[in-house]
Amino acid sequence: MGEEETKKSENTIIETHSLTKRYGDITAVDDLTLTIGRGEVFGLLGPNGAGKTTTTLMLLGLTEPTSGRALIDGHDCTREPIKVKEFVGYLPDNVGFYTDMTGRENLRFTGRLNGLSGAEIEKRSAELLERVGMTYAADRKTGTYSKGMRQRLGIADALMKDPKVIIMDEPTNGIDPEGMRELLALIGELAKRDGKTILVSSHQLYQVQQICDRVGIFVKGHLIACGRIDELSKQLNEEGVFTTEFMAAPCDDGLKALIAGLPTVRSVETEHGLFVITSTSDVRTAASKAAIEKGYSIEHVRQRGGDLDEIYRRYFEKAGDEDGSGNGEKKPLRQRSRTGKKDR
Amino acid sequence: MEKRNLSDSGAAPEKKTGERRLSAARSSFGALYRKELSDHLSGFRFYLIFGILLVVSIASMSGAISSIRSAATSSSSSTDTATNEFLFLKLFTTGSSSIYSFTTFIAFLGPLAGITLGFDLVNSEMNQGTMNRLVAQPIYRDSVINAKFLAGFTAIAMMIFALGFMITGVGLVVVGLQPGIEEIARLIVFLIYASVYTAFWMGLAMLFSVLCRHAATSALASIAIWLYFSLFSSLVSSGIANLLYPTSDINGYSNSLANYKLALGLQRLSPYYLFGESSSTILNPSVRALSITSSSALSGAVSSYLSFGQSLLLVWPHLTVILAMTLIVFAVSYVCFMRREIRA
Repeated sequence: MGEEETKKSENTIIETHSLTKRYGDITAVDDLTLTIGRGEVFGLLGPNGAGKTTTTLMLLGLTEPTSGRALIDGHDCTREPIKVKEFVGYLPDNVGFYTDMTGRENLRFTGRLNGLSGAEIEKRSAELLERVGMTYAADRKTGTYSKGMRQRLGIADALMKDPKVIIMDEPTNGIDPEGMRELLALIGELAKRDGKTILVSSHQLYQVQQICDRVGIFVKGHLIACGRIDELSKQLNEEGVFTTEFMAAPCDDGLKALIAGLPTVRSVETEHGLFVITSTSDVRTAASKAAIEKGYSIEHVRQRGGDLDEIYRRYFEKAGDEDGSGNGEKKPLRQRSRTGKKDR
Repeated sequence: MEKRNLSDSGAAPEKKTGERRLSAARSSFGALYRKELSDHLSGFRFYLIFGILLVVSIASMSGAISSIRSAATSSSSSTDTATNEFLFLKLFTTGSSSIYSFTTFIAFLGPLAGITLGFDLVNSEMNQGTMNRLVAQPIYRDSVINAKFLAGFTAIAMMIFALGFMITGVGLVVVGLQPGIEEIARLIVFLIYASVYTAFWMGLAMLFSVLCRHAATSALASIAIWLYFSLFSSLVSSGIANLLYPTSDINGYSNSLANYKLALGLQRLSPYYLFGESSSTILNPSVRALSITSSSALSGAVSSYLSFGQSLLLVWPHLTVILAMTLIVFAVSYVCFMRREIRA
């Protein structure tokens, strides 16, 4: 380990260098270079099958990368997986427990696997159960637990080893809104109060947006954008892509054609009775003017941007454009889900 | 995978943490082993199979006792020394007209016990989602499968020795027979051998549990192999032998030796047959040869029992083969497990 590297790792805790994983012809993760600082909450966002889980597995040394390397706190994740796993807590997607053991027994077992002493195990498991609000169910068999309870126990389980880094794979999957709120509060608290570094992978953008310091947008194995949310939105607007919501009465095809005919407008789509205008300049004034001149009365005009969903959608579109293939598949997530519902 | 484990030795200045880690890895093996063993011993399945074996042992023993009693009263002339010497071992090898002997039951039901304990060792953890949580702990991955196999072997050995000693105890009390030292030695070798034989089937079931995603598939695959070797392999081997060395046509007489040898050789591929041959040799000192012997070879032979050492020598290849088979199925499942990517 070079001195330079040690110095660098003082503020960086997770770093990957051109990390690549191929399964046969399919490239799950392609040339991922990423650094995450100490105490940061980093969100790895992307649709299903984008390679998020593969990335987390490589960080834990559970999967060998095809090329490139990953380091956590200066330890190579592939070569020293045991060392890495000593201080990295992992909450897998769909976390499972031994159903014939109680929640507390499951935690005890994890504690023993981490080589903790008996007294330490009892103290820490009681503390953590309290912290995740599971004390009331601690002595029930985990087979009776609901999904949300399992998720909370999973967090306690990941914390048993008192990790420096916590990797959570889809932690908000399948949890009710109330449970989600509590979970996100807990994650935020872990980062702020306990100074843990947290890597959250998710496809649920709104939720993750609330707690992440930085996000990386991950599509088809590529990290297409990485940075703070406001930075990302600024970056997008500088590139000159604007999305405007527009509604007028009557909201007919004539109006749609009118707006589509305006300069710099790329496309007009209808979403929930709203026109969504994609353009390369700010068309709010131009569109309003044109509509009023034709006798429409304006009901709603708003420029989108700033929220993660929007950023995500647009980066996603951009990645699709660059790829230049498979248009249907690369439709924005929101629209895709809606057309999906219609089809059914 | 080996690379990962070996390269964990770390740098020299980290000797202290290295030691801690090593001992943690060792204690984690202990924790895994204890958990697996307690899972077996507290599980419903263990009691079910133990109950079945207990019932058939008691039945076979009562059959043996009654037939020994009638043999002893009928052959009062004391010319038949075989019923007097090594009478104790007859408890294990004789049945009655209506029930099989203990060795036959073990040969037939031992595999069932092994399969019952082994068929879902790995894939249930995969499906439950506990495996990825397990391998995210700072433990060597092979300690998971080693602990599973060793714990299963321990449970099997406990079961078989308990049954063997139960029969010994009941034999002492009810029949009033006293086992000699040689008899005890033969019995213990038999019990060890029966444990290894059962462990082979557990290892086979465990191999399928690594290969198959669903517990039902692995159970059915192991049961299919068990049934084939127990019931059909003798038919198949004599069929093949008759095909290659027909004994009915003009060459029939000259073919008969080759036919017999081939059929025997093919049958010995079956662990069931190997176990049957060797257990009868170990427990019955009057068995002198396991294949065809010419009358010239037997002429001048002293008409007495084989000594313990000679009996053991006779079945040493059998013992080696069963042990080797057990190790091979374990090694294959070990390699498959180590190469398998564990993900949610």
